[in-house]
Amino acid sequence: MEYDVVVVGAGPAGLACALRLKQLDDTLMVAVIEKASEVGAHILSGAVIEPAALDELVPGWREDPPPVCVDVSDDELWYLTPDSGTKLPTPPQQNNHGNVIVSLGATCRWLADKAEAAGVDIFPGYAASAIHYREDGAVGGVIIGDMGVGRDGQPKDAYMQGIEIHAPVTVLGEGCRGHLSKQLIKRFELDRDADPQTYGIGMKELWKVAPGKATPGKVQHTMGWPLDPAIYGGSFIYHLDDDRIALGFVCGLDYADPDFVPFEAFQQLKHHPKVRDLLEGGEIISSGARALVEGGFQSLPRLEMPGALLIGDAAGLLNVPKIKGTHQALRSGMLAAEHLHAQKSAAGFDAALRASPVVEELHKVRNIRPGFNKGLWRGLLTAAIETVTGGRLPRTLNNHADHTQLAQRADYHAPDRHWVDRSLAPRDRLASVYFAATEHDEDQPIHLQILEPDVCVTRCVEEFGNPCTRFCPAHVYEMVEEEQGKRLQINSANCVHCKTCDIKDPYQIINWVTPEGAAGPNYQNM
Amino acid sequence: MKILVGIKRAVDYNVRIRVRSDGSGVETDGVKMSINPFDEIALEEALRIKEAGKAEEVIVVSIGGDEVQQQLRTGLAMGADRAIQVNTDEALQPLTVARIFAALAEQEHAGIVFLGKQAIDDDSNQVGQMTAAVWGRPQATFASKVDIDGASARVTREVDAGLETIEIDLPAVITSDLRLNEPRFVKLPDIMKAKRKPLDVVTIDALGGHAGNGISAGHHAAPDARSRGIMVEDAAALVGELKNRGLL
Repeated sequence: MEYDVVVVGAGPAGLACALRLKQLDDTLMVAVIEKASEVGAHILSGAVIEPAALDELVPGWREDPPPVCVDVSDDELWYLTPDSGTKLPTPPQQNNHGNVIVSLGATCRWLADKAEAAGVDIFPGYAASAIHYREDGAVGGVIIGDMGVGRDGQPKDAYMQGIEIHAPVTVLGEGCRGHLSKQLIKRFELDRDADPQTYGIGMKELWKVAPGKATPGKVQHTMGWPLDPAIYGGSFIYHLDDDRIALGFVCGLDYADPDFVPFEAFQQLKHHPKVRDLLEGGEIISSGARALVEGGFQSLPRLEMPGALLIGDAAGLLNVPKIKGTHQALRSGMLAAEHLHAQKSAAGFDAALRASPVVEELHKVRNIRPGFNKGLWRGLLTAAIETVTGGRLPRTLNNHADHTQLAQRADYHAPDRHWVDRSLAPRDRLASVYFAATEHDEDQPIHLQILEPDVCVTRCVEEFGNPCTRFCPAHVYEMVEEEQGKRLQINSANCVHCKTCDIKDPYQIINWVTPEGAAGPNYQNM
Repeated sequence: MKILVGIKRAVDYNVRIRVRSDGSGVETDGVKMSINPFDEIALEEALRIKEAGKAEEVIVVSIGGDEVQQQLRTGLAMGADRAIQVNTDEALQPLTVARIFAALAEQEHAGIVFLGKQAIDDDSNQVGQMTAAVWGRPQATFASKVDIDGASARVTREVDAGLETIEIDLPAVITSDLRLNEPRFVKLPDIMKAKRKPLDVVTIDALGGHAGNGISAGHHAAPDARSRGIMVEDAAALVGELKNRGLL
């Protein structure tokens, strides 16, 4: 199939790009490819958003708002100790006056309807599994993955060969650590002049709490317990309408402790006296996890290459101190559309985006996140200095690749984090996956490729004790004892497509590729 | 021969079903909806019959508001020739649905009305049987194999005792069971073609009208949550625990 522009990923960035293209030129043929079974089913975010970009993209949207949309009424920031907490002043970046709490998944579905009405062809349930390269080496579109292939790689009865979608320009809006973006960044050396990208893992649950416990519009963030000061991270608790609470936990993937289990930290947070009361008597509705980009300005790769460009979190535009990326995604998507409309080519997009407010806002806060590499207290000091000076100090702190930060077991002694016995659902990671409604046909090739399987049962057992069995929030990786010794078992059907394994594996031998289209989590209103 | 296939928009089978907090029904707000899986199997079989040269046209029918057009378009993308939406905002009960299908079967001179054996939302398992009765034609339910031979069909049925093969005269109603086939993947270009296929919208009144609601739903409630289990050391402790609770 031939299009003028093919967009990979129906997230806020990709949909904004597609919709803006049609707004600028109705005759353009625009396709959006989405691996989730429906738009929004692989979207997981807080999400408090700054609405200015939405005002620009969908004028009058407040008349017909997304299905979940609550005005922020109150901001709180807490520092937690194991059994108590102190309210801190809200830093200016986290002032949410005028912002709205939404479900980003529902918002994307809502935005997709508008894009379709404008004439965009959106194809959910199809995975862009490979890049189509033109003869001159430029990106010329994408190749949809075959469907109906057995675990042994042989076609099954329902086999359907994936087709190629050709376009002069391909827009990558895959989100954090997109698997095509990863290949392209390497092939075109887009990160040659940048720091390594750094990441966090975010986990989220949607709860229906006992009537009256939620205060619609209230936004709460916490730092401190259950993390020790060496680990960057914290939680968010957003009060929606209809007795619903969206709560989540984010921690930097640059942690050193090889035995750290991010999922457990999130569950611990829920049992803090300040949080537990809210959830007790309630019911968990949905859960999930997704990696997010934290590298900011100094980790931005070059955002264009022959025939393609990167937008949103695929580019790495999330603003960490603001804890927001949606406005950046929307703006970068719109800017990409405006650039393509004016220039008819990807060339020049990198300069255009860097000259825009999107990158300007990242530049201002560039030193805040790496300031926390020396721990919570020095991080807060750096954050205060950088905030007061507005990022004008002539220095840029560096980022280091997350997978190099893991300590070997022999060299690391974890502090006592004062973790408690738990009682709130879900009991464990398998129970949590159930609330992600994740589904993969078991009879298909494993989409988590281990490039050197021997390393897992030799070096990794000794050095790191197989941290994949702990950092994966969906319990995909398991070491099984057998007569011949240990064996790595990959429960790929549990995968929630968060990409943490691809990022944090200390040997960088896990390669996440797309499974059959429509597979993966089926998030509802996440 | 024309084949009429009924496809119902139902909560997707991957979705964890939740009851609305006011007990008025199952939560469908913001929930993923799909073609009822048994209906998708029925459609697949109808398409295979047509591809084998034993039918000329496959028509997909769905009853509901404009949201069912999404499922009808999926049916068209799978390969159906045209679609009919019977427009209503009401949740209809099986007898009304059966009357609609029977009226459409007459109107279209259908050779087969192919339905799923039941919908996974209410599990009624009534529409196929009632349609045959209202239409006054034979029925073959729970089909796991269908052979069309001119004016009759040999259908293997999944029954309690195993498999039963019957032969019925056409026109007739056939309902599909799980093992009848594995539905195809939709080809991406076919989604585009489906947008140009005809989709007619008709009213219930034009098809003989509403049969009235014989059943009224009182209150919906989720099953009680299971209480937390305990881990026992060994078999003896298990036996002891069971005895303690008067279960042994």
